[in-house]
Amino acid sequence: MHMLTGIKAIVQKDLAAEFRTRELLSSMLVFAVLTIIVFVFAFDPTKAVIRQVFPGMVWVCFIFTGVLGLNRSFVSEKTNDCITGLILCPVDRSVIYFGKMAANLIYVSIVEIVTLPLFAVLFNYRIPLQTAPALVLVIFLGTLGFTAVGTFLAALSSNARSSEVLLPVILFPVTVPVVLGAVQATAAILSGAQTAEWLSWVKILGAFDAVFLVIPFVLFEYVLDM
Amino acid sequence: MIRAVGLTKTIGRKEILRGIDIDIPSGQFVTVFGPNGAGKSTLLKTLALISRPTQGEIFIDGIDAKKNPDSLRQKIGVISHNTFLYENLTARENLDFYGQMYRVTDLKNRIFDVLSQVGLGFSLNDPVRTFSRGMQQRLAIARAILHDPAVLYLDEPYTGLDPHAIQILNDVLSRLNLQKRTVFLITHNFEEGIMLTDRVLFVVSGKIVYDGGRDSLEKNDLRSLYLEKVKGAA
Repeated sequence: MHMLTGIKAIVQKDLAAEFRTRELLSSMLVFAVLTIIVFVFAFDPTKAVIRQVFPGMVWVCFIFTGVLGLNRSFVSEKTNDCITGLILCPVDRSVIYFGKMAANLIYVSIVEIVTLPLFAVLFNYRIPLQTAPALVLVIFLGTLGFTAVGTFLAALSSNARSSEVLLPVILFPVTVPVVLGAVQATAAILSGAQTAEWLSWVKILGAFDAVFLVIPFVLFEYVLDM
Repeated sequence: MIRAVGLTKTIGRKEILRGIDIDIPSGQFVTVFGPNGAGKSTLLKTLALISRPTQGEIFIDGIDAKKNPDSLRQKIGVISHNTFLYENLTARENLDFYGQMYRVTDLKNRIFDVLSQVGLGFSLNDPVRTFSRGMQQRLAIARAILHDPAVLYLDEPYTGLDPHAIQILNDVLSRLNLQKRTVFLITHNFEEGIMLTDRVLFVVSGKIVYDGGRDSLEKNDLRSLYLEKVKGAA
């Protein structure tokens, strides 16, 4: 029970600080919109090829924008050495991980909620309404896997010099299964494929998420050890 | 109360703590002096469970830090020259966050209580970024005592404090001393360091080179004794 209270306190604290300044969310949103605009200029929205590259573009935008949020996740705890204040708290180390991960998940989800309709409008891409539940499931699992790994690696890299450069370098190779699974599942869903076609990718995403939600239980206290 | 046995801490090839043994009875006020780089802050971080020792054991009230770290953390408060405060949150939000993490009961009243103890009752809803350095440090004191810790660790708490904040810190420490709380203070300031202390430790090169009671020491004795021990150990 106290674990949930601790996670909730960390999420509330992070959201309260963010919604007061809106530094992180505004940069993430601006970056996401700029990425979409670059794609609009790079690919002719009227061409049929868009149907094939649309899922990839969407996930590239989500992942790159997400890295911005993850980078700030633990770096912001360095001001006034707040990370030590967190380490001192009488909670399991995984509470700190899950609290930070949940906050990151919320930031990336907000960006996704704004950018996905924007993608659809600017590329004149009609997303069938009946695919919405499956699409939401895939986006949720993909985002969960990405933020689960990302939060763990953001904590790991936060003590390094040039941590903002280091994080993408170590994050992207590890998240290949998530990106691959998410893109393939999204493409299958949007093309109206049978459930069995995208379900295998969803299973891979689910397995990846499970692994990266369990690993911090074991390893996060070593990551935080100074 | 606090017992550390054979504490060592090695970072890379450098041995920061070299087999430190300490036994601090409940309610004792211990002040640690030592030159820069002697390992004082590492000792405090290790005793406060911020940093894991390379070897050795730590017990507080007989509880083993390795077996039950969260129970021990509940008993510990830390004041450092860093405040551990979130600048974009208000004083109340900061204390509310830490209060939830420490499971403080009757949190709302406790926040008013500790803020009035440090003279910040009027700044409850102001963001911490608008506070002066002295006010932030006073709020850090309130944060550290919010959960009524049995042991208070202080690492150079006088750094950057104005006379008013120093007075408030000394008042809080006097109150804790009267309540027989255990206090472990690291400072370079002989005047402040010796004022309330029961026991003095000198740490040089990761080892305790002097451990004595305060009774027979006066400020000038302390300074010359310190210089003698530091030179002797160097």
